[in-house]
Amino acid sequence: MSELLNELEIDALTEMVNIGVGRAATSLRDMVGEQVLLSVPRVNLVSRDTAIRTLSEKEVGHLVGVHQVFEGDIAGRALLIFPDTKSLELVRAVIGGELSLEEIIELEQEALAEIGNIILNGCLATIANLLQRNLKMSLPEILRGEPSVFFSLGPPPQAGDVVMFLYINFDIRNRDIGGYIAMIMDMPSLSALRLLLREFIERTAGGSVPSDERP
Amino acid sequence: MGYRVLVVDDSKLARMAVAKALTTLHPDWTRIEAANADEALALASKDAFDLAILDFNMPGRDGLHLAAELRRLKPALPLAVISANHQVEVVTRAREVGATFLQKPVTDKAMEEFLDDAADRLAPR
Repeated sequence: MSELLNELEIDALTEMVNIGVGRAATSLRDMVGEQVLLSVPRVNLVSRDTAIRTLSEKEVGHLVGVHQVFEGDIAGRALLIFPDTKSLELVRAVIGGELSLEEIIELEQEALAEIGNIILNGCLATIANLLQRNLKMSLPEILRGEPSVFFSLGPPPQAGDVVMFLYINFDIRNRDIGGYIAMIMDMPSLSALRLLLREFIERTAGGSVPSDERP
Repeated sequence: MGYRVLVVDDSKLARMAVAKALTTLHPDWTRIEAANADEALALASKDAFDLAILDFNMPGRDGLHLAAELRRLKPALPLAVISANHQVEVVTRAREVGATFLQKPVTDKAMEEFLDDAADRLAPR
């Protein structure tokens, strides 16, 4: 499905994600008080089935995710996903080590929603600004289960739906916590995104776009 | 005099963005591009550039490791490290290797300040 966007458009999308996540990591760093290490993002456009398979191959066991819907010139869902076993560890990293296990469990939902909100909103807001468009974000919602749970959310998946699978590994220094970010968009949104990416490339690179890569 | 600027970034678009700023600010300067640290170090061994602008988050060696290696090879080289990730650890390490930290997306003003400062340092006294 990668032919939906050309090489330079994928490059531009990856760079936008890189900027968005880089900024979000800075916010997360302030919350946990430890450096957040980021991998170089890899952006793949895949079908829902492929996304489910990829995640199943990488992760055994249940996952937990924070999910937000975005709407505007482009619409879709953004997900922050990590192994369920790391959930309490992540909450502990953010809240601090002073609390008892009971207290941490009690705060888990709220803390996960807040972490997801910071990373996903930070990332999407940066992308929206770079595209010079406004995106409206829903409140964060927590999901748990197998990989299929995250990619089968209603409204029922359309046959042509595409998952923009951003594989980015984030690790909190001195803590064994990492996760993934994914976005799901349908074909009309992907077409709209392509046009916005072209405008972004023109603004960013201007006259230095080689003529053979111009739309 | 026109200087030779090395731009290191795994993103082609990011290299093009720096190219656009350089063309506007210093049309007489020459631009050399590298997509990773290894390419950049090969160019350094050939003394192919006068100043360098490095992306931080790259596959293989990141921009701060590259900055440290370039600093060892060329102690007086004006260096900038670019990243949207402005965590204090990253900014501090940039400062420690004597590199200017520029936040992504880089504004024309920030780029201009770095280039002006580099030109001052490179000018024969």
